[in-house]
Amino acid sequence: MSDGSKGQAVLRVQDLDVQYYTDAGVVYANNQVSFDLYPKERLGLVGESGSGKSTMALALMRMIHAPGKIAGGSLKLADTELTTLTEEQMRLMRGSEIAYIPQGAMNSLNPVMQVRDQLIDTMEDHNLNLTGAQMDKLVSDALKAVELDPSVGQMYPHELSGGMKQRVCIAIAIVMTPKVVIADEPTSALDVVTQRQVMQTIGRIQQEMGSAVILIGHDMGLMAQFVDRLAVMYAGSLVELGSVKDTFSDPLHPYTQMLISSLPVLGKRGIFKGIPGITPLLRDLPPGCAFQDRCPQALPVCKTVSPAYEMHKPSHWAACHLYESAPVKSGVKA
Amino acid sequence: MSHLLELRNVTKVYTGGTKAMDDISFSVDADKRSIIAVAGESGSGKTTLGMMALGFLDPSQGQVLYKGKSLPDLKGADLAAFRREVQAVFQDPFAVYNPFYKVDHIMEVPIANFKLAKSKAEARRMMEDALVSVGLRPEETLGRFPHQLSGGQRQRLAVARALMLRPELLVADEPVSMVDASLRATILETLSKLNKDLGVTILYITHDLTTAYHVSDYIIILYRGSVMEAGDVDAVISDPKHPYTQLLIDSIPWPDLQRQWGQQEIISTDEDKSVASRTGCKFAGRCPHVMDKCKTQRPPLYVNSDKQVAACFLYEDMASMPGEELGGLFKPRAAVAAPK
Repeated sequence: MSDGSKGQAVLRVQDLDVQYYTDAGVVYANNQVSFDLYPKERLGLVGESGSGKSTMALALMRMIHAPGKIAGGSLKLADTELTTLTEEQMRLMRGSEIAYIPQGAMNSLNPVMQVRDQLIDTMEDHNLNLTGAQMDKLVSDALKAVELDPSVGQMYPHELSGGMKQRVCIAIAIVMTPKVVIADEPTSALDVVTQRQVMQTIGRIQQEMGSAVILIGHDMGLMAQFVDRLAVMYAGSLVELGSVKDTFSDPLHPYTQMLISSLPVLGKRGIFKGIPGITPLLRDLPPGCAFQDRCPQALPVCKTVSPAYEMHKPSHWAACHLYESAPVKSGVKA
Repeated sequence: MSHLLELRNVTKVYTGGTKAMDDISFSVDADKRSIIAVAGESGSGKTTLGMMALGFLDPSQGQVLYKGKSLPDLKGADLAAFRREVQAVFQDPFAVYNPFYKVDHIMEVPIANFKLAKSKAEARRMMEDALVSVGLRPEETLGRFPHQLSGGQRQRLAVARALMLRPELLVADEPVSMVDASLRATILETLSKLNKDLGVTILYITHDLTTAYHVSDYIIILYRGSVMEAGDVDAVISDPKHPYTQLLIDSIPWPDLQRQWGQQEIISTDEDKSVASRTGCKFAGRCPHVMDKCKTQRPPLYVNSDKQVAACFLYEDMASMPGEELGGLFKPRAAVAAPK
């Protein structure tokens, strides 16, 4: 889906704040993050380590643990407000409505449990009241969906290759056909050929189930090849969101611009353009824009006023003072 | 012609029978300082190759020579020189530091070991110079603990340590795979400058062909312990000859909307570990162009051009080259002798 603005959002995140209360001070890991996710959409979320992207994934799953807390905002999955659910209600949502493939998922399998039992475990936990035969069918269907032979169900994780383990984790995430699947760097440990296979599998299943996928990572190449829309995070805030075409060919935020020009592309061998400077600490964010001291286009206002996240071009949002003179329409967030 | 580093028919079999390197030969010229990428997926033997070059592992068969001397035989002054002249940068910028020491420690130890400085002030100056040349500000780096620096800073510090020792050879094993995209370019640029300005030969070990393409002059593609293709990085990446290299390059997710990945069908990647011990081409099971002879005979390196060789029978009407001469490719322009 190239145009994400159509239809009813399956997930609506509004003004999400996540904070960690540490001895060193409050860490502002997510600040006023707002976006909509549409059915069947593939949304990419990029940012450096420490930019808050994994925190956001955990927040969407309501899996932020102390000393962290969702400090404000709303998370609406279809018609359900997730932030006000009880822990038991939320537990039932996880896996069945919204699923998560964690980073390094292949190390999250239980080494002493057969693959099949790990799939069934998820279903049993959701009181589906299925018979043994029905569960066996679901297990075998889920394994087939991720292009594994159903006999893999009888195997233990150590008998599988990295790519196969990653597929098992995807199978666990999709066995109950959730509406939203969040994949946190699902292929970072795999070689390029296996990565392509796993991503193609995720893409195909997503099409078949009609789910929306949020792909988190920092590999811009993977994003260019896989997602429909791209969201860019910096220091806990969403700084840009737009179609993958718009963000790559006409990036608005200077951070996105620099990120894109730092990428190695064919035909430009030996040209290196890094982004000088380092990310500010999330517990010690400067007033104004968090990117000000690395930004070549910083204005005086950037030092004092935090830029609003607004739509500056059709279906293309950014949080940057450079565009503030001409917002297309404010107030509407996606 | 003298070689800085030479691998002669090196085979490494780990306890348990895994053959990580299978009769690999190549050499790096002493007078032409280049960046050579060793690329391959996990299990291709690329890290084993790096460990060999550093002298951390001994070959099961064959020899590793540094400046013409076999590594296990190095003693005394030769060994000390080798330890100083061959440096490493590893993948994980979090694991190489002892969290209880300030980061100065990893620079102070080699200065003391190799007696590089006559006074504290001189040592300090060396450290500062090295930091500046990798783009770090000494006052923001020295005196800090590892956890106070970002991953990119730590990785650059590791490079600074290596270059302070004025190495001849730097083995960089996945130096940017754990570093954010925005910092990768900076670290690669540092490596590139190290090569150009200080004449350090770099073995850049990676699974990431985009960065390999970007930073290196030559490339060796490994698959299950054997060389599949090698040559000038531009030639190999833009016009891969070996079906395995073609598959790899087709699978690179280029950050370029004009280039769609995955035009090529992937044939079952079922891991068949026994393949490596078979006599034929290691890629035969997954190759779309497989022929009968691929299953029984190991293809030699066929010379596709003066810049590129591929171990594939598709090119058998071309001249073949003994593996030992692979190093001859890694030269500027000089035509590779193609013995019939």
